Amino acid sequence: MGSRGIKDQVAIVGMGCTQFGERFDRSLDDMIIEAAHAAYDSAGISQDDVDAFWFGTLGSGTSGLTISKPLKIDYKPVTRVENMCASGSEAFRNAAYAVASGAFDVVMAIGAEKLKDNGMSGLVGAQVPDDGTKTQITAPASFSLLAPAYGEKYGVEPDTMKAVMARIAWKNHYNGARNPRAQFQKEVSIETICNAPLVAGQLGIFDCSGVSDGSAAAILCRAEDAYKYCDNPLFVKALAFTSGPGAGPLDPDYDYTTFDEVTRCAIDAYEQAGVTDPRTEIAMAEVHDCFTPTELVLMEDLQFSKRGEGWEDVMAGTFDLDGELPVNPDGGLKSFGHPIGASGLRMLFECWLQLRKEAPEDRQILSVDKGKTLGLTHNLGGRPGECVSFAAIVGSELG
Amino acid sequence: MTRGILGYGVHVPYYRLQRSAIGATLGAGGGKGTRAVASYDEDATSMSVEAARAALGSFAAPTPAAVYFCSVTPPYLDKTNANAIHAALNYPSEVFAGDMVGSARSTTAALTAALNDRRPVLITSADVRTGRPGSGDEAALGDAAAAVMIGSDGDAPVIAEWIGTSSITHEFLDRWREPGWNYSRVWEERFGESVYNKLVAEAATVAFKDTELSAADIDRVVISGLHARAVRSAAAAAGVSAVPSAQDLTAAIGNTGSAHGLVALAQALDTAEPDETLMLINLADGCDVSIFRTTDAIVDYTPARPVAQQVQQGNDSLEYAKFLTWRGYLDREPPRRPDPESPAGPPSERNTGWKFALIGSRDRGTGNVYLPPQRVALEGGAVDDYELVPMADIEATVATFTIDHLAFSPSPPTLAVVVDFDGGGRFMTELTDADADEVHIGLRVRMTFRKVLTANGVHNYFWKAIPVR
Repeated sequence: MGSRGIKDQVAIVGMGCTQFGERFDRSLDDMIIEAAHAAYDSAGISQDDVDAFWFGTLGSGTSGLTISKPLKIDYKPVTRVENMCASGSEAFRNAAYAVASGAFDVVMAIGAEKLKDNGMSGLVGAQVPDDGTKTQITAPASFSLLAPAYGEKYGVEPDTMKAVMARIAWKNHYNGARNPRAQFQKEVSIETICNAPLVAGQLGIFDCSGVSDGSAAAILCRAEDAYKYCDNPLFVKALAFTSGPGAGPLDPDYDYTTFDEVTRCAIDAYEQAGVTDPRTEIAMAEVHDCFTPTELVLMEDLQFSKRGEGWEDVMAGTFDLDGELPVNPDGGLKSFGHPIGASGLRMLFECWLQLRKEAPEDRQILSVDKGKTLGLTHNLGGRPGECVSFAAIVGSELG
Repeated sequence: MTRGILGYGVHVPYYRLQRSAIGATLGAGGGKGTRAVASYDEDATSMSVEAARAALGSFAAPTPAAVYFCSVTPPYLDKTNANAIHAALNYPSEVFAGDMVGSARSTTAALTAALNDRRPVLITSADVRTGRPGSGDEAALGDAAAAVMIGSDGDAPVIAEWIGTSSITHEFLDRWREPGWNYSRVWEERFGESVYNKLVAEAATVAFKDTELSAADIDRVVISGLHARAVRSAAAAAGVSAVPSAQDLTAAIGNTGSAHGLVALAQALDTAEPDETLMLINLADGCDVSIFRTTDAIVDYTPARPVAQQVQQGNDSLEYAKFLTWRGYLDREPPRRPDPESPAGPPSERNTGWKFALIGSRDRGTGNVYLPPQRVALEGGAVDDYELVPMADIEATVATFTIDHLAFSPSPPTLAVVVDFDGGGRFMTELTDADADEVHIGLRVRMTFRKVLTANGVHNYFWKAIPVR
């Protein structure tokens, strides 16, 4: 028994990603076609070369038909997966396993979401008929629970918490301003962030990720075949996923300053990849910054910061574009936008650009030049205390 | 066999509307003092549960044979409202539950049935009193609930013995409401007063004759009725103007309609000594007189939530616009969010104990408490090795919280709190009867039965937290 991982068995040889944002001019089908064909072109293949497909979406369509109809897929296996906000990552994970198993030579993982056609504020989830006893709060409210709990535990005053959160939003807007695919390509001052209308708890509108439309895709093959398609592929080093008992809302020992699922998931991922000191070994991380306190807590759960010190690292600029460990150099969910099913693949797309030095010059991270070859992507779905967590590590070198 | 009152309790909602706020907005109407206002998440059923809990927390209450719900403003027609109360109090299915609703005399109907029964009977009575903006009713009336358990000495000590009752019935047009209206109409008040005066005199005469008592034997009179002018002259009409009256609560909370007689009685009993004779006079489409005499047992009766304390603890900062919104007179723009869903029938029925009575589970192996009940233990994974544990009466502490400005709520923002119960158990719930700036980690709360929302005509009853005050 054990989580053995598939280190260096599978490679990414092509990727595509649409512009994210309020794509009132594009249908779900349009975005799927755009991302898929960008990925085919990137790998130098045609759709006929792809043997099987994995499609991640939260709610923009059911079954493989959602992509096989617009793409006119020629009677191939299409698996539609859903794991809340980690749906895109989940499509990638399962596609990678299919390649590693030897069942298929070339596969595509694609994620897409159309959120802006419903006319609602924020994210709207499907409701299963129930007994009406669940406290119905929104996603920002759920994640805002982290802030007072973190402040209380580590003695960080509310004003300082607000500044830390604003620093994270400021950084992700700074990075997004250098990303032509991002939903929000604009720097925002700390002052504007702090004075924005409140959405939930201490969270203002700039503490929330963008509700967005978009699609992203990756082409995978066995590592030994990678150079047939690509001179500089990325290799899958680790794929970890955790879904737990959802103990937080039940267990008074849970203190809303961590995600147990993420902590466990990170340990598994680092073991698979052989990473022992993430902060110094990893070149960059794309993390699930659905709301600014989430990113703060993730810095600790992913072992980038010691417990209770993440906020100081944030304020010190450790995770800035030119910092020791750039986090969300593409702007993250905050600025790039969060079309649920596409987000996990969008994170990999940034690793694809950065680790291969293809990012725009004004946001190309420097750590790659220092010989760092690993990128981490992290996705979570759910809410503090009851979530699913995904972590991948990819690298530009074998071994 | 001595029969009478075994226990009682009252629920006065937390919010008060200053009557002057009405005039300040409308340019007329209002007056002095305050009226009690059921919060947006309260109705006659939820307030009845709270009054019943106040009663049942005051003495060693027997399981009643029947629960009667009385109201002019029943949340449901066709469906029995008393069933939700029955469920919230976790009574066994053998206990009967029935409604006596529609008229302000319903409470007397239930009282009469209970006193003439041989078994313990729980009565709840509650109104959410509405009136059109600027009307006399809007300002003068108020919202509250009362509960009383009637029984005999074998059930629990009788604290006020039933001495006698008289009822006079007469058809005349004083106050009426067509089903579906959210306000009442009244005839010109002097006519009603003249009729009531005669009815009160007649009822008092019959009561004194039947009980072989006279006005001199009465220590306190408790007069209730929606016709304020007739209530004021009723003591004289009954020939008891020399007898001290129960404290008039209408200035502070308003005239609470169906519940008012029992609320006023409760207020009197809170401070009563043994061997006091109380005369209840209720004016509602006739006149009903009941006479009770307190016993030695009242000395040991400890009201869980005394009326005076609830009256005093009201929050009179409620804005008139919010009051109008809560009562449906002001149709406000909702957030750009999906309409809320109603609870579904089958899961609500499967989870009746949890949903209505806040029954959690306690693992036998670890002693850990879970809300809602968990079939599989969080530690060790034992399956179905638990016992059910009622959580509604256990206080808790806020572990963390948020203020949700985006969520749909009949009265945004939504205050959500994660609470840890004394002795174990955690739950995320809404905090109600509280302002956003009152919430903090460590806040002590207790649970209260509320109507979370209404969708598709279904009232979603469940529990929320309120600050311990």
